[in-house]
Amino acid sequence: MDPLSAWIADWKIPIGRWGRDFFDFLTTNFAWVFDTLADVLASILDAFVDLLLAVPPILLVLIVAAIAYALQRSWKLAIAVALGLLFIINQGLWKETIETLVLVVAAATVSMAIGVPVGIWAAHNPRVYKVLRPVLDLMQTLPTFVYLIPVLILFGLGAAPGLIVTVIFAAPAPIRLTYLGITSVPQPMLEAGQAFGATKRQLLWKVELPAALPSIMAGLTQCIMLSLSMVVIAALIGADGLGKPVVRALNSVNIPLGLEAGLAIVVLAIILDRIARIERGSDR
Amino acid sequence: MTTAVNFQQVDILFGTDRQRADALPLVDAGKSRADILAETGAVLGCAGCDLTVERGEISVLMGLSGSGKSTLLRAVNRLNTVARGHVTVHDGDWQADVVTCSQAELRKIRRECVAMVFQQFALLPWRTVAENVGFGLELAGVPARERTERVMAQLELVHLTDWAGKYAHELSGGMQQRVGLARAFATQAPILLMDEPFSALDPLIRTKLQDELLELQDRLKKTILFVSHDLEEALKIGNRISIMEGGRIVQTGTPEDIVLRPENDYVRDFIANVNPLSVLTAWNVMRDVRDLEAAGDGWMWLDRRQTTRFKLDANMLVIDAERNGAPAIWVSCDNMEKMPEDRPKVYWATAGTPLKTVMQAMHQSQTAPVALFDEASRFVGAIGIRDVLRAVIRR
Repeated sequence: MDPLSAWIADWKIPIGRWGRDFFDFLTTNFAWVFDTLADVLASILDAFVDLLLAVPPILLVLIVAAIAYALQRSWKLAIAVALGLLFIINQGLWKETIETLVLVVAAATVSMAIGVPVGIWAAHNPRVYKVLRPVLDLMQTLPTFVYLIPVLILFGLGAAPGLIVTVIFAAPAPIRLTYLGITSVPQPMLEAGQAFGATKRQLLWKVELPAALPSIMAGLTQCIMLSLSMVVIAALIGADGLGKPVVRALNSVNIPLGLEAGLAIVVLAIILDRIARIERGSDR
Repeated sequence: MTTAVNFQQVDILFGTDRQRADALPLVDAGKSRADILAETGAVLGCAGCDLTVERGEISVLMGLSGSGKSTLLRAVNRLNTVARGHVTVHDGDWQADVVTCSQAELRKIRRECVAMVFQQFALLPWRTVAENVGFGLELAGVPARERTERVMAQLELVHLTDWAGKYAHELSGGMQQRVGLARAFATQAPILLMDEPFSALDPLIRTKLQDELLELQDRLKKTILFVSHDLEEALKIGNRISIMEGGRIVQTGTPEDIVLRPENDYVRDFIANVNPLSVLTAWNVMRDVRDLEAAGDGWMWLDRRQTTRFKLDANMLVIDAERNGAPAIWVSCDNMEKMPEDRPKVYWATAGTPLKTVMQAMHQSQTAPVALFDEASRFVGAIGIRDVLRAVIRR
């Protein structure tokens, strides 16, 4: 190495050590906060899993198919959903599928609960967006394995850290799409709201959010898909679900198991995507 | 007449606070928009605009695009912020200066006093026609039942009752703008702002909606501030027209004022292509009775060529008429079609008779002059062929 580069390398900035010190500080001083949070999250997720597993699988299949029909008004979709779920029962992956489903729905719910208000805030406040944008880029580009480690240290193994990494990974999508939806509301519509005396809150609820709804719903479907793609990675830190058999298959080079679990994930993804896709018939 | 909206020395500037502050002295110095932009970076919207809109009249702001007409209109409900000056909105005994009023007062103005119709309709696509019409009422917190009633009444007014449950995109452009009109009428605001409401429509629909607006105005007697870039439209619907150029009002007057007495070359160019027949009335072209030549013995010549004369009594009522030396009858030009051709006759018109009718009457009576009577049938003046020609070619 040339002397200059060697000199530069000698003065290595101890970013890694700082990070470790920071997380050490958190674990020594706030361990109880993270432990309690992990316990609460885990018990909530477990409770939902137990509840769904208490229902006979066939009955649940019918219920999900009914929901699909209620939301999309399509017999074809309802039948396809039922067939997909029956396939999963057939493959003996029902318990894992329910665990994954609960994790994904929980992660998507939390991501939307964070993402939509933050997106609205950023849309109304350019300065907030300026700060937010690099943070979102960081959340989406930082390799997931990198924040898997600190989350593992803080929350231990289990469903709770799985939920948290999934939210970190999925939340930027609804934030961005909500921001996009709100900022692209046509100016004349906003002016119509103002001209008829809308308060800021009325403008948000009666003009901005309805106008941004298609974009926000696209955020929801993206959020669900991103959560599903985290299933396998979450399994690495002990989250139950369809990721576990995949990881196990990888470790033991078990092609049949990997194929079965992989297909189950695909089936679940398609079902969730089709059910959650809300297209407004009245619009445009 | 009572005032509905009053603009007092209104300046509107776009730019940062700093740029706008720098620009104000230049505005006072009467600099043009280009100069102000080059020197300070601020864009001049309007400068020194004075205008009074009387209650119940249609006042048209007229100018090419970029003349500041929309900018001035939008100051009335503070969609544009006024840099300096006052915009007073009157509603009965209540009044407020839009420039300085509080948020609560501004909301009152926007909900109860001033409604707006937009060029691109600005309907909300996820709402049905009825829900769009009820939008303003909903914002103002009108209870659902009263809202439904008022919405249905408005839809009837604009002939859209059958379309109440449809969405905006299922309607044609003309219908969409009628929804926009109904939405504005629904709030029962006495003042209506119309920002080029018919410009996005094709010419036939535009004419139809103009007629409908005039018809509604006859019944509803709103105060309308109307922005247009189409002079024919302005002349047709305006009681008063303000011509704007580069953010300043160049001339304000009645349609006839604008056409007959343009104040400068800009206005003259503007009206150069206007068909005078669509604006002028008999009153605008007549020669006053005091300017007519006496023909002796109580007679008076109606025309310079001395072909036709009237004999008047002391009350200025016509008691005898002669055309080319032979006795003639005098008849209203409203009855032109029913008149036999044979007898020599002189048509008479009233002040409001369109110039076009006067010309038809001349044609019908072999170029006889047309007399002008007031409402008590008194003789007030006459129109000769030269008066008509002069008005049409504007000297």
